[in-house]
Amino acid sequence: MSNPTQSAHYGFAERWLPRLVLAPSFLLTIFFVYGFIAWNGYLSFTSSRLLPNFEWAGIVQYQALFASERWWVAVKNLFIFGGLFIGGAMAVGIFLAILLDQKIRAEGALRTIYLYPMALSFIVTGTAWKWMLNPGLGLEKLMHDWGFANFTFDWLVNTDMSIYTVVIAAMWQSSGFVMALFLAGLRGIDESIIKAAQIDGASLPRIYWKIILPALRPVFFSTLMILCHIAIKSFDLVMALTGGGPGFASDVPATFMYSMAFTRGQTGLGAASATMMLMTVAAIVVPYLYSELRGNRNA
Amino acid sequence: MPKFWRGALYAALLVAALYYLLPLYVMVITSIKTMDQIRAGNLLSLPTGISFEAWGKAWSGACTGVDCSGLQPFFWNSIRMVIPAVLISTTLGALNGYVLSKWRFRGSELTFALILFGVFIPFQVVLLPMAQTLGWFGIANSIAGLVTVHVIYGLASTTLFFRNYYVSIPDELIKAARLDGAGFWRIFLRIIIPMSTPIIMVVLIWQFTQIWNDFLFGVVFSAGDSKPITVGLNNLANTSTSVKEYNVDMSAALIAALPTILVYVFAGKYFVRGLTAGAVKG
Repeated sequence: MSNPTQSAHYGFAERWLPRLVLAPSFLLTIFFVYGFIAWNGYLSFTSSRLLPNFEWAGIVQYQALFASERWWVAVKNLFIFGGLFIGGAMAVGIFLAILLDQKIRAEGALRTIYLYPMALSFIVTGTAWKWMLNPGLGLEKLMHDWGFANFTFDWLVNTDMSIYTVVIAAMWQSSGFVMALFLAGLRGIDESIIKAAQIDGASLPRIYWKIILPALRPVFFSTLMILCHIAIKSFDLVMALTGGGPGFASDVPATFMYSMAFTRGQTGLGAASATMMLMTVAAIVVPYLYSELRGNRNA
Repeated sequence: MPKFWRGALYAALLVAALYYLLPLYVMVITSIKTMDQIRAGNLLSLPTGISFEAWGKAWSGACTGVDCSGLQPFFWNSIRMVIPAVLISTTLGALNGYVLSKWRFRGSELTFALILFGVFIPFQVVLLPMAQTLGWFGIANSIAGLVTVHVIYGLASTTLFFRNYYVSIPDELIKAARLDGAGFWRIFLRIIIPMSTPIIMVVLIWQFTQIWNDFLFGVVFSAGDSKPITVGLNNLANTSTSVKEYNVDMSAALIAALPTILVYVFAGKYFVRGLTAGAVKG
């Protein structure tokens, strides 16, 4: 730093270079995330049909949305799917993580097997399960061949049951992920606490229930967050597995938005449903992000 | 632990392994059967002979809608889309992460929070404006358009990955380098990048998997000859022809899955690290 001009030069660079480097991403985010959210929000207050128009129409699209039977089917399906998928994936994942934590031989191989579905596209998963669950040559024929002559399985084409096939496939794909998160959490727990409890005579299930799982609360919440997020965004799997059908029986908000906005020429209605989805995600994510960022500052 | 429980433990783990492996097994054996064998046997029955006819058809002869040239063109579209999108979003993410962790300035934390929220938005909310914007720039329904979309919405996660990794590099290292006269770029290229191999691997693999597997952007922002493989597969499997050819569907699904499966097999460590990085702190 003996050379004054050099240090002045660095001073300038240090002041402006970081801002300059970050600027493109900052501007892209402002325009393509926040700008688009506002734009979509505005569209939802117009009477846009096939082509977007920008004439203010008030809340007609929201009125149409809330009067639409199809929308409420989609919302109900999201609750059914979300509840069962999150609960199921969580239970299977935690259970497998605890089993794998018992100093298992070939743990690495088992972990690899449990987690590989996460590397697949939901479209691949959907195509595969569609074949396995199809009435006719799939599971039904297998059970007939095994001697259960009266076995029927028509969930894929059954209006009341098709959403449950999505749950089955989604659980298959994501429960290994829950396992990985919890296993990482379990490995982070101080062994001496467990040893101490064992010396006190506590049984293994009791130790898990009373000591270990409560200690994993943060992992539980972040996993819950991620699964909620997967559930609300779920689009690919439904499209590949049931296409939202039969009819619109297995529609979820994401597929509802897609068909309104891009296949049925109801742009304004699509925008309104997208806004509803954003609100739902924001209601979950904003408090989470707030506590995370604040927590980091305190640390 | 008593022997009995030990046995039950392994039994449960094996049952779970079967549960995850069965669909893959069914896909593979279905893909090498002929339709006659499929009708004669069942989901789990071994093929009576191996036939790669369905694979050939899925690759270059199957119909997706009116077009009957198989998955081949979609596969190359995905390759042409995924390579630039991954490289650009990773580079930008590394630069952002470097600034946000080592060159903080007034407002940089707020910028980070703003970018971070982008990880969580449901993309449905940007589809309609994006469709119009891509049209204005003249890249609607093109590979260039898809690359742009994937770069923009991949930024949030790549930035988050790099920023969280760089935070753990000691600031003293940067300070020492600055005393030695190194500037912004020199520190980045000579100190930060050489230390970044693990996180670069994680981000490359994460982005590759995300973009290869994406369906939403693909189906909305592509048309005609720019569709990616997931859209091709979905069209192929949902094309209503008189006879449903499940062996071709399964071959096609395996072709679409192969790149990410290979990545998982050869670099699974980094894939898993990416998956868990966002969720488990410390």
